[in-house]
Amino acid sequence: MKTIIAAGIVGLAMSVSGLAFAEPVKIGMITTLSGGGAGLGIDVRDAFALAMKQANNPDVTVVTEDDAMKPEIAVQIADKMIQSDKVDILTGIIWSNLAMAVVPSATGQGIIYISPNAGPSPLAGANCNANYFNVAYQNDNFHEAMGEYANKDYKKVYILAPNYPAGKDSLTGFKRFYKGELAGEVYTQLGQTDYAAEIAQIRASGADSVFFFLPGGMGIAFTKQWAQSGVDLPLMGPAFSFSQDVLPAIGDAALGVKNSASWSPDLDNEANKAFVEAFQAEYGRLPSVYAAQSYDTANLILSAMGKAGVSDKDAFKAALKEADFASVRGSFKFNTNQHPIQNIYVREVVKEGDVLTNKIIDTAFENHEDAYAKDCKM
Amino acid sequence: MTRETLISLAIVLALLAIPLWATAAGETFYITLATRMAILALAAVGLNIALGLGGLVSFGHAAFFGIGGYAAGILASHAFNMEPLPFGLPGTNAMPVIWIVAIVASGLVALAIGAISLRTAGVYFIMITLAFAQMIFYFAISWPAYGGEDGLSIFVRNQFPGVNTLNGLSFFFVCFTLLIASLGLFSLLRASRFGAALQAARQNEQRLATVGIAPYRIRLAAFVISAMVTGLAGALFADLNRFVSPSMLSWHMSGELIVLIILGGVGRLAGPVAGAMLYVAFEYFLGGITERWQLFLGLLLLAVVLFARGGVVGLLAGKARHG
Amino acid sequence: MQTALLIEQILNGLQFGVMLFLMAAGLTLIFGVMGLINLAHGSLYMVGAFACATVAAATGSFWLGLVASLAAAAAAGALMEITVIRRLYERDHLDQVLATFALILVFSEGTRWIFGSIPLYLNIPPLLAGAIPLPGGSAYPLYRVAIIGVGIAVAIGLHLLITRTRLGMRIRAGESDREMIGALGVDIRTLYTVVFALGAALAGLAGAMVGALQSVQVGMGEPVLILAFVVIVIGGIGSIHGALVGALLVGLIDTLGRFLLPVALATFMGPSAAASIGASVASMLIYVFMALVLAIRPRGLFAAAG
Repeated sequence: MKTIIAAGIVGLAMSVSGLAFAEPVKIGMITTLSGGGAGLGIDVRDAFALAMKQANNPDVTVVTEDDAMKPEIAVQIADKMIQSDKVDILTGIIWSNLAMAVVPSATGQGIIYISPNAGPSPLAGANCNANYFNVAYQNDNFHEAMGEYANKDYKKVYILAPNYPAGKDSLTGFKRFYKGELAGEVYTQLGQTDYAAEIAQIRASGADSVFFFLPGGMGIAFTKQWAQSGVDLPLMGPAFSFSQDVLPAIGDAALGVKNSASWSPDLDNEANKAFVEAFQAEYGRLPSVYAAQSYDTANLILSAMGKAGVSDKDAFKAALKEADFASVRGSFKFNTNQHPIQNIYVREVVKEGDVLTNKIIDTAFENHEDAYAKDCKM
Repeated sequence: MTRETLISLAIVLALLAIPLWATAAGETFYITLATRMAILALAAVGLNIALGLGGLVSFGHAAFFGIGGYAAGILASHAFNMEPLPFGLPGTNAMPVIWIVAIVASGLVALAIGAISLRTAGVYFIMITLAFAQMIFYFAISWPAYGGEDGLSIFVRNQFPGVNTLNGLSFFFVCFTLLIASLGLFSLLRASRFGAALQAARQNEQRLATVGIAPYRIRLAAFVISAMVTGLAGALFADLNRFVSPSMLSWHMSGELIVLIILGGVGRLAGPVAGAMLYVAFEYFLGGITERWQLFLGLLLLAVVLFARGGVVGLLAGKARHG
Repeated sequence: MQTALLIEQILNGLQFGVMLFLMAAGLTLIFGVMGLINLAHGSLYMVGAFACATVAAATGSFWLGLVASLAAAAAAGALMEITVIRRLYERDHLDQVLATFALILVFSEGTRWIFGSIPLYLNIPPLLAGAIPLPGGSAYPLYRVAIIGVGIAVAIGLHLLITRTRLGMRIRAGESDREMIGALGVDIRTLYTVVFALGAALAGLAGAMVGALQSVQVGMGEPVLILAFVVIVIGGIGSIHGALVGALLVGLIDTLGRFLLPVALATFMGPSAAASIGASVASMLIYVFMALVLAIRPRGLFAAAG
């Protein structure tokens, strides 16, 4: 199957769909297409559709529905897709809290769930499930990578996250690898948009750098206010606050920020070059890390379809677990808990012409595994 | 039988017909949808006691809905993990016990919120109930023990003696029975002396005071009863979704509960049922057609408020019964 | 603890309070004159921010954007009043809540339809980009000082408008007796539209100024709206003075609570736990304060007649 990389995208699609198992597969995609987080869901939907279009496999049907970022809507859609549309595979959820609502009951009913984003720790550890695959990351991974990277240059980091489970996981993940001293640790209110008070505290704390995890509008607000405050300390964070979907709204204030991710538009491999080019040609914008993960999810499913029929659940899961597809992230394997073993990179926000984007400057971890795999008994 | 009674009966029978038809046709998802309608209707019947009979526009009933949900989630998770609760009490997955806990917990919180909020009236009351619900919402998000914003999963639906609740149709009948019971409670209250005093307090407070009845206590009692019914619905909603999260406590949820009543008809017996059926169907079918369904929902609501004040029941049954 | 940090946090609290005042003033003015509760006020705040971001991106001038935000929010407010709100004055609060809740859905989805889901870019003007020194060696962003200045100017302006002008006289008359003002031959429909547009313009101004600090996105008005409700409930609904005092109190309590509570808790527990619990308690602090105020004065600090 290695030849498919050289054969380019069209060839990739052909080689997968050309194989023997022409058994129809129905995929249900539940993602956020309306409300505040719609930008992420739209990238996931579009990248998935791009992979499917390239594969041009007549045996796949994808039904997509909007969860509006509400757990109870996501549950209702999942019930409908399982009971009424009779899907074989579910995917698409962006947020951990929605995944926690949908995944345990869906996998309990024998449906395969493949996560293109969000990897809450319970699903990676004690509550792992043979029907659950995570193509993206375990939630702590990006934060851990930044903690590791901080050891190089910094001795007194100030850390900041919203006061909710993902925020606490973030700071825990950072501290798991960071060895220096903490200048301070602050939890902000979820949805908070004014950070003047926190910035004043950082200024007074004597920190030599700042690590923060503030997804969505919170990160935009913080980064802008940080640049306006004139405090001159280096900023670090996971990729979520500096992904392609939010960079335009932050503007030049984001320049130079270091952020960690498993993927970057400039990552040097054939599959990625072809992906970035095709995505730009199709949608007229650069893909985000969510788009890359979703594109990998689609190609993982297509690769498994080439090896087994979905009606033989165990054979199909074994085929998924092999992860025999050309990931845009280069090297990609599943761990025992069916979460990725992958490199995590450190990127820097740069300007190319008029467009803000990310460039890889370092590799924080090679073939990184998550901390929960040992609790998973499968 | 008055025309409204007939229409109420027809609406309730229509709700009952959906899962029966779905079972016959093999479309099992519609059973889930009908169960959702029944539970939201139950929550709205609860709110209708405060809002329809007492004229108390509570914009914070999501608080009670969520508390009921968390009662179910917390008890079930303790039972599932075999961890005792504080004071050595065991968790449970028996619905009757969960319901009682949900009702009592919602009632106690409503007593505290009501005792302060009911000192005010009108717009103050609307905004204060909203603000208290927000306070509980923020507490639930930042409180780490039960999942915070991630919420809490119920891995196996809770049990009711003698009923297989894992079966969608059986669970629907459990919810439907409780809905009918709540409609019975609503009718009883409306016809009782208590209900008369409550409605009198809405229309003319002074007159009530002159006959020696304190409107404050009547309203507080109505508010607490109303919260208890909504809390019960919250427990069922958690079991339907097998999941509880702070979004059950959000102010959008409070808004939705009011919307259900207005769509159906304020103060009408079957108004919440008609409203819940219409709302869920609208969300499901229009949500399947367009991502912009909330825009059309907004326009529909505007049209109902501006031009069809009695809601669905009002359109069908004519002039409102209450003043 | 350093005095400079405390001074800076007090300034932050004032600035937050002033921003809340711009929202609350419009809400309370509309309630005082027309007796209307407007949940869609947060949508007007969003309209202001989007208008400012769009015009600033097209022309490169924040100041033109600011003018556009006032105009767009006032126009959206007037349109809202003429098409929908006008029909609600005689209705009960329930209908008003519902109709304006529906307007939120329409405005949010409509804005998303036009602008998409990705947040817009808006930055502060270069003229206000610097910082001014504070005693103790610290510095404070000039833009935030400017917000405090605008807030004070608006407060004085509203005071003068209501006490010194013909429009203000009519507004006061409308608050105390609606029939009489009609009998005096004042065109009450136009008066209501003007008052509504004025309140909307204030919300739009707040949205534009805050948009440059935060992110311009759909739904940005909702958290502010709920805080603005808390403010006017504390201040007394219908009272501009109450709104000012309430806004400053809420701004200071919220900012100082977030700052001081974790510090206080850290004296007897670990820093991580103190940070987390302190943040939880701080997020509920203003609601507790509101409950206290209402327990003592059920109609707010400056109860108006309405």
